[in-house]
Amino acid sequence: MPTTEPHLSDEIRTAIRAYFPRYPNRRAVVLPALHVVHQRLGHVPHEAVVEIAEILELAPAEVLDTLSFYGFFKQDKPMGRLRVWVCRSISCAACGGEVLLEHLCRRLGVRPGETTPDGRITLEFAECLGACDHAPAMLAGDTLYKKLTVEKIDEFVESLRS
Amino acid sequence: MAEYEPVLLANIHKLDSHRLATYEAAGGYRTLRRVLAEQSPAEVIEVVRASNLRGRGGAGFPTGLKWSFLPEDHPGPFYMCVNADESEPGTFCNRVQMELDPHQVIEGIILGCYATRASTAYVYLRYEYPLALERLESAMAECYEKGYLGKNILGREFSLDIYVHRGAGAYICGEETGLIESLEGRRAWPRIKPPFPAVEGLFRKPTVINNVETLTCVLHILDRGVDWFKSIGTPSEPNNPRDPGSYGPKLYGISGHVNRPGLVELPLGIPCRELIEEYGGGVRQGRRVKAVVPGGLSTGVMTEAELDTPLDFNGPLRVGCLGLGTAGVIVLDETYSMIDFLHNSCRFFAHESCGQCTPCREGTHWAVAMLQRIKAGRGRLKDLDLLLEIADNIGIIPGTTICGLADGAAWPIKTAIRKFRSEFEDFIRRTNPAGYLDRQPPQAMAMVAPHGNGSTRSEARSLKHEIRKK
Repeated sequence: MPTTEPHLSDEIRTAIRAYFPRYPNRRAVVLPALHVVHQRLGHVPHEAVVEIAEILELAPAEVLDTLSFYGFFKQDKPMGRLRVWVCRSISCAACGGEVLLEHLCRRLGVRPGETTPDGRITLEFAECLGACDHAPAMLAGDTLYKKLTVEKIDEFVESLRS
Repeated sequence: MAEYEPVLLANIHKLDSHRLATYEAAGGYRTLRRVLAEQSPAEVIEVVRASNLRGRGGAGFPTGLKWSFLPEDHPGPFYMCVNADESEPGTFCNRVQMELDPHQVIEGIILGCYATRASTAYVYLRYEYPLALERLESAMAECYEKGYLGKNILGREFSLDIYVHRGAGAYICGEETGLIESLEGRRAWPRIKPPFPAVEGLFRKPTVINNVETLTCVLHILDRGVDWFKSIGTPSEPNNPRDPGSYGPKLYGISGHVNRPGLVELPLGIPCRELIEEYGGGVRQGRRVKAVVPGGLSTGVMTEAELDTPLDFNGPLRVGCLGLGTAGVIVLDETYSMIDFLHNSCRFFAHESCGQCTPCREGTHWAVAMLQRIKAGRGRLKDLDLLLEIADNIGIIPGTTICGLADGAAWPIKTAIRKFRSEFEDFIRRTNPAGYLDRQPPQAMAMVAPHGNGSTRSEARSLKHEIRKK
């Protein structure tokens, strides 16, 4: 369905173009462009793929090819305002990470990969956050939560309410 | 052993360790000044070659040798990729370096680029390190202002731009050519080699890919000299002329069931037991060690009896592990189930397999499916041999797969089952008394998506539900 209104704002387009001087070709800007869009829109919808392809002078299929490889990017609907990653890899799991992930799932009422109905939180499991010295660890937005406990998770959930 | 004075981590405890002023006050960028004034790129490569420095990212390939593969007569441009995609479970040394001493990393990158004649460097940084991103970018801004980066660095012929390229949560991007593909804007599918990146790499130009810690070692070799570097660590084996030895300092990450998890810098070759006892504060609650992963998950496991193994490039090989890997030591105490360990490991590699090569894509997924079945109480003794068969066959290079991921996925299976077989057998007998001897193909069961719902508890619950329905 053709739309007259472009999906990507001028601000997004400028942010994508700002990456051009860094690389000898535009294809290399695919990942930075996906990050720009994902960060602002919370996902990379199909219309955005088409427009990114236009900006980068690629076929939409080429952008989609790259996009679909990285499970990091959401395609269907926007994520919550805060994305929370709970590590489930071995160092964290050995220190109770999986139990804590399960606890947070219960507290938020969502499974990993899902967003709370109020659109606040998208919960994810992480395959090693590289914070094994702080196990069990959780990354919420840009904040690393170290040495998690059930109490700390409860506190975290409470802090979201206020 | 005399107390070892850290070099790579010398600055991290200082106030504002990430600032240029702090770094310069400790002598930062003096090596860069001296090298640019006194040494040619070829001479720098020769120094690094003479030091026998081996890459710290996992494979342990000699850095000087890697650099010497760059073609002499190529018109350029040459590229440097800095591998900061550290994603191996148990590994976090690059994160600490980039967060707490970003200028040391940048000085190492500049020197590496000078040696390899690269005028552009890309730091491929994993997405999960937002603080490292912030610290690197502000450190780079300070460098541009000070003339350490940009056009005609310190008034010399040499120019360099560094860009941080953020990954998107894929382990495979740590593989050299997967990293290149990802940087080029494609799916991170590792390339068939040859051609090796030094000949045809990023944007089809000669490219060197080095780990963050490797480049900081280069800095200190140039600062303190080859003799200093070779006075540390384990010398080459005298009866193996091809052994480059394990020289220099190494960052060891200690995590898991220890009292003081953290990062320590020590000479290569510290015995694992000493590392855990002295530097990790011993096992939590005074328990005994059951198993130790010597260098990141893919290196496999060592038993308590093997703990005196020196953690240098050869030590873990002698006890049947993949190698030193990234020196991310994960300690598991006597209460932790090896079935849980192996399930976790297989789930990780199945999740991170890029799907390009069939043996890896299928092998890692079947391995995790079988372990789920074992955990759900439907294991058979035969499964253990089947798992070993998968492990012994999925990752043979060259032959079955393009990159080393499948090989890495196989070592935890091989070592855990071979070294802890009785625990696996007891578990299967105990949880599946009616069927543990079954040799018929198991009844098809609706697979639980190994990654869909995340937690093992709910996986087990839905599995039980599944079984009850049948």
